[in-house]
Amino acid sequence: MRPTRDQLLWMYSAMAKARYFEDTMAAVYMEGKSPKFDIGAGPVPGEMHLCAGQEPCAAGVCVHLRPEDTVTATHRPHHQAIAKGVDLKKMTAEIFGKKTGLAGGRGGHMHLLDPKVNFACSGIVAEGTGPAVGAALAAKMRGTKAVAVSYVGEGAANQGAFHEALNLAALWKLPVLFVVEDNAWAISVPKSKSTAVADNSVRAAAYGIPGVHIADNDTLKIFTAAGEAIDRARAGSGPTLMEIETYRYYGHFQGDPEVYRPSGEVAALKAKDPIERLRKEMIANGGVSAAEADAALAAARKEVDEAVAFARQSPYPAPAEALEHVFA
Amino acid sequence: MPSKSNRILTMSHAIAEGIANEMRTDSSVFVMGEDIAAYGGIFGATTGLLAEFGEQRIRDTPISETAFIGAGVGAAMAGMRPIVELMFVDFFGVCMDAIYNLAAKNIYFSGGNCKVPLVIMTATGGGYSDAGQHSQTLHATFAHMPGLKVAVPSNAYDAKGLMISAIRDDSPVLYMFHKGLQGLAWMASPEKAATEVPDDAYAIPLGEAKVVRPGKDATIVTLSMMVHRSMEAAEQLAKDGIDVEVVDLRTLVPLDRATVFKSVAKTGRLIVVDEDYSSFGVTAEIITSVVERDPSVLKAKPRRLAFPDIPIPYSRPMEQFALPNAEKITEAVRETVKKGH
Repeated sequence: MRPTRDQLLWMYSAMAKARYFEDTMAAVYMEGKSPKFDIGAGPVPGEMHLCAGQEPCAAGVCVHLRPEDTVTATHRPHHQAIAKGVDLKKMTAEIFGKKTGLAGGRGGHMHLLDPKVNFACSGIVAEGTGPAVGAALAAKMRGTKAVAVSYVGEGAANQGAFHEALNLAALWKLPVLFVVEDNAWAISVPKSKSTAVADNSVRAAAYGIPGVHIADNDTLKIFTAAGEAIDRARAGSGPTLMEIETYRYYGHFQGDPEVYRPSGEVAALKAKDPIERLRKEMIANGGVSAAEADAALAAARKEVDEAVAFARQSPYPAPAEALEHVFA
Repeated sequence: MPSKSNRILTMSHAIAEGIANEMRTDSSVFVMGEDIAAYGGIFGATTGLLAEFGEQRIRDTPISETAFIGAGVGAAMAGMRPIVELMFVDFFGVCMDAIYNLAAKNIYFSGGNCKVPLVIMTATGGGYSDAGQHSQTLHATFAHMPGLKVAVPSNAYDAKGLMISAIRDDSPVLYMFHKGLQGLAWMASPEKAATEVPDDAYAIPLGEAKVVRPGKDATIVTLSMMVHRSMEAAEQLAKDGIDVEVVDLRTLVPLDRATVFKSVAKTGRLIVVDEDYSSFGVTAEIITSVVERDPSVLKAKPRRLAFPDIPIPYSRPMEQFALPNAEKITEAVRETVKKGH
């Protein structure tokens, strides 16, 4: 399975948008937090987990999805939300805690939930696995061709919820793709010190389903493997487990001292940046011109700038709006 | 054969019938949980459903509460109306994240833009020596969490009507039935827990308590099994000329404080009876609700009767010592009435 020219441009655009969004948010996040860093200060308070480097995991999978498909994402959800088509203005406003946000400021960056495109994420490790199984069950019971993608980090592969969900999805042959984003670090603990196997995709064997391992954050290989897994799911042949070796450029959260990280690691990862690799590939072999790539990049940045401006200009919710929407 | 309109049903059959009523008219309703298909639920709440609706809609699950409750949330958000059974409420410990961080919060996290029409039904209660991991009620644990509605029926009629409301609700509902009220062949049950049950689909709104016995001298506010113990006490007290009003809360969330207050304002005396642990629980909430509104309605200090703050003991004399019962309730009412002159 090879991406079409349009798919290449779409993935490039989604990845560029996510990267520019994260780099922008990294700067915005520091507003009001210097000279003394206070996590509760500034226009974007609270924890902030940025995904820069992990964009291929989102774009290479979500390029195959439709609005009716479900994605459950992690505490590091921006690339996945962008690739799933979550409204960027409302998402950004939510991160700013504004009234115009997806949840009117009730959730923030770890709780982006957009029912229009069936996207949800969670601040609890592996929590989204069960809901993805449920969305897939609903699709199967109703006879739709919708699928669900459940994203987790490699740290989540040691959670009970992950294994329960894999078993249930396999048992009921549900249309789910489990994607493990292996960014090498569960906060500060490396995979080698947390996980009994080097490659989580081998755990698929325990549930009798296909397991796929993607090395080196390769967008095109993700595209192919995800496309096959999603086709398989839509055809009623059941779930797939995929682990992607990906990169995390920022710390676990903004403000992370990253004392655990070997010096030079990030620079080495950036030297093989996946967005630049995709750009070269699509210009060399994909029928995309440099001018088209530049135009996609400019459009992506413009959209992010507009979303951030929208969020800044939006009002805060009235405080007592906190009391609304506990129940449907 | 009794006619269908005045049949006496056990609570377990009433619950199953309420589910069946909704499943017949709404194809999005389905049930999943452990031993709920061929077995019909360990406590009978899904009796007969597999035969009528088949294994696609009546789904036995692996022992994976986190996965199937999480899946319930995902299915509910995708337009289904799942009912999931957590076999014993005590098992919440292995899946509480899916209940209170996920089911209870996604509506809020969406700013009201999504629905989570999920029913989690679960068995509560002790009194039959099943010890500390199979006998709890945990009413307060769940009522304390914002985002969950909590229904706690005490009899078959209410059980069916509350189940139908729970299924039709667009928010997650924790539906707690007491094992000892189910009318099981293998566990004693108060006679009055089985009631006449209409065969049609009727809904009892969540958030409406019921005065199950009118009286003028004191108010007992209670729920679930303790409604029956309180009624026994009230009958005993009536012989001595003490006329007790008994309020069955029926749901904890929403909580019908208005009915409680109205009753206490009339009688001037309040005794709250709960099978759950005493501290930080339903008893405290009810007493506080009255006192915050107007302590002057009370002619005597309020009383609470609940399970002491200990794990539930196995040995019969120890468990029975700890459980509220008709004798303890009778004594508490007598003291309250005596002091209230």
